[in-house]
Amino acid sequence: MHNSGISIWFFIGVLLTIYGAMILGYGVFELVTGQTANVILANLHAPVWWGAILLALGLFYSVRFRPSRNG
Amino acid sequence: MLVPLAHSAIAPSQLAALLDAGAPSLAHLTLLDIAVIAIYFVMVIWIGFYLKSKANTSEEFFMAGREMTAWIAGLSFVSANLGSLELMGWAGSAYQYGILAAHWYWIGAIPAMLFLGIVMMPFYYVCKTHSVPGYLKLRYGQGASVVSAFSFAFMTVLMSGVNMFAMAEVMKVVLGWNLSFSIIVSSLAVAAYVALGGLRSAIFNEVLQFVLIWGGALLVPILGLIEAGGWNGLKARIAKNIATGIVAPGDYTHMWRSIGHFSDNPMGIHWTGIVFGLGFAISFGYWTTDFLVVQRVLAANNLRSARMAPVIGSFFKMAVPLIVILPGLLGLVVLQNANGSHMQLVGENVIKDCARNSADSGLADPSACSVALASTAVLPETQKAVLSGSGGVQLHSYNEVLPLMLVRYCSPGLLGLGITALIAGFMSGMAGNVSAFSAVWTYDIYKPLFNNKAKDEHYVAIGRWATILGVIISIGTAYMVMSAAGIMDYVQALFSFFISPLLGVVLMGMFWKRATRQGGFWGLLIGTLTSVGLYAWVKVDPSAVKYVAFSPLAKALAQDMYRALWSVSVAVLVTLVVSLCTPAHSLASLEGVVYGATKLPKEEPVPIYKNEYFWMVLAILCFLALNIYFW
Repeated sequence: MHNSGISIWFFIGVLLTIYGAMILGYGVFELVTGQTANVILANLHAPVWWGAILLALGLFYSVRFRPSRNG
Repeated sequence: MLVPLAHSAIAPSQLAALLDAGAPSLAHLTLLDIAVIAIYFVMVIWIGFYLKSKANTSEEFFMAGREMTAWIAGLSFVSANLGSLELMGWAGSAYQYGILAAHWYWIGAIPAMLFLGIVMMPFYYVCKTHSVPGYLKLRYGQGASVVSAFSFAFMTVLMSGVNMFAMAEVMKVVLGWNLSFSIIVSSLAVAAYVALGGLRSAIFNEVLQFVLIWGGALLVPILGLIEAGGWNGLKARIAKNIATGIVAPGDYTHMWRSIGHFSDNPMGIHWTGIVFGLGFAISFGYWTTDFLVVQRVLAANNLRSARMAPVIGSFFKMAVPLIVILPGLLGLVVLQNANGSHMQLVGENVIKDCARNSADSGLADPSACSVALASTAVLPETQKAVLSGSGGVQLHSYNEVLPLMLVRYCSPGLLGLGITALIAGFMSGMAGNVSAFSAVWTYDIYKPLFNNKAKDEHYVAIGRWATILGVIISIGTAYMVMSAAGIMDYVQALFSFFISPLLGVVLMGMFWKRATRQGGFWGLLIGTLTSVGLYAWVKVDPSAVKYVAFSPLAKALAQDMYRALWSVSVAVLVTLVVSLCTPAHSLASLEGVVYGATKLPKEEPVPIYKNEYFWMVLAILCFLALNIYFW
């Protein structure tokens, strides 16, 4: 895929980075303000750790497959 | 072809009416959720436009330039089969039948995927065919190819319609949108991105969607298991619910123990049907001859990648029950009505009989609803609440279990991601159908029958128009599906009509040099007619099921399996007999398409971790371990 321009993994990295940042941001907001959503197991703060995982994966793929690196 | 709503002829008041399905939605999306969904659509359209410049020749538009790595081809291979239909339909089946539904992911997929990669792929790849009907043309001539192309095109648009319906269901259940509105708008979006970038666009989006599906749906089983107290806690709570009558009796957590007899399990199936019908006739037919999935592997950049792709895909396929089957099982114990009582899901037919004219009005036909509810395991007090419209009890169908679970656990942002995963699944399934339809229509129907001397650009243009045509026909079929009792029963019936006879003919052609052109044509035609005929026979005379499925107790899914087995057997037998009665082909004419007459390219030695046979053995071990653990 590299000889076809931007790698699909880069698109995936960008999307996961954006989603991770948004979800983690909301999770931190919940944590700080104490205003949790009306869902089951809200006390586990899933947006914080799930958002962080998505963000970490997204950043890895964005950097690893950035267009300049693949030519 | 994507018409912005602002430019459409729909007035704002009409639009509001269209969006209002007449039933309260499960969730109200926040701005964050809407942003997550919108960003996904922006990304999809960006990819479509970015790849438009890379889809100028027919090889690029229909075969993605044959540049895909093993990983991309493998993920796309699995993702094309991971649409909303898969996600919602099988989660619903798991709620209804228990872990038996996982057979469709394990014995119903893994052996066939490995067989495709290791044994069959060299023949598909070496002959450089553009499609499965194209392979039949090389092996059996134009007749068998045209029969196969027409049946495939027909099946593809029907499948696409099923996907559309599933998507519209998501929108109805979660967001309260009108079914028709969802079908029209979402299908236009898919038509746009596939018509722009062809197969490469479809594959890119499939890989993207694969990641999103895991990112959006994996949280549900994780949180569900925490709430249920782990796997053992889930099993204990299912047993308790069965004892109290909340869940219909049955073995929901074992795959093989309850299929010794048709009457021992809720699916009404016997192990011979699972092993020979599903494990061979249906799954080998689907995974090795359905062009929708084979097309992804044909786009691989070399033979080793083409062989590795299904092997890689098999590992991910084995893991899919985690995000599909497990949420269905968890739904049996954790879902609750608004009044705190246990939620019991029902079939689509009950939902239809208990429909209301609007959200706050009474039942349209209370007596029909009462009769329908009496045939279910719904508790008497819940039935009363539904009939009286009190207590905040609302009926939901089996197919809605996954969205219900999403709403239960996902807070803003995560809910948007989960909904995006379902939308992505729909995109993936439908794009797969439409891109395969476009290739078969152009290469195997239009080119040989209407115009075989045009320039390459002409065929690319035909492919783009075929994409749009496929979407339009799919919209029509989506409305057909709405009246079907269960989505999956309908799809299984389709498989046995067209796919299984094709398997018989392809296998005979690929591994028996004596098979002739006439043998292939008649084998395919009579195999398909056998399948349709058996289906019609049982429809007209339900007692015929004791002959077709060997037991009067066999239910719909079991009947499909045995019908598939009959049709593949008839196709093989007819091909065999007719071939022996007709002159044999010369060995030279079979080069590149038949085992024993084809010299396969020698593969360079690679380290063991890159060797397809090593990964195949590992996949077989995982497959065996899973079946033994859940025996």
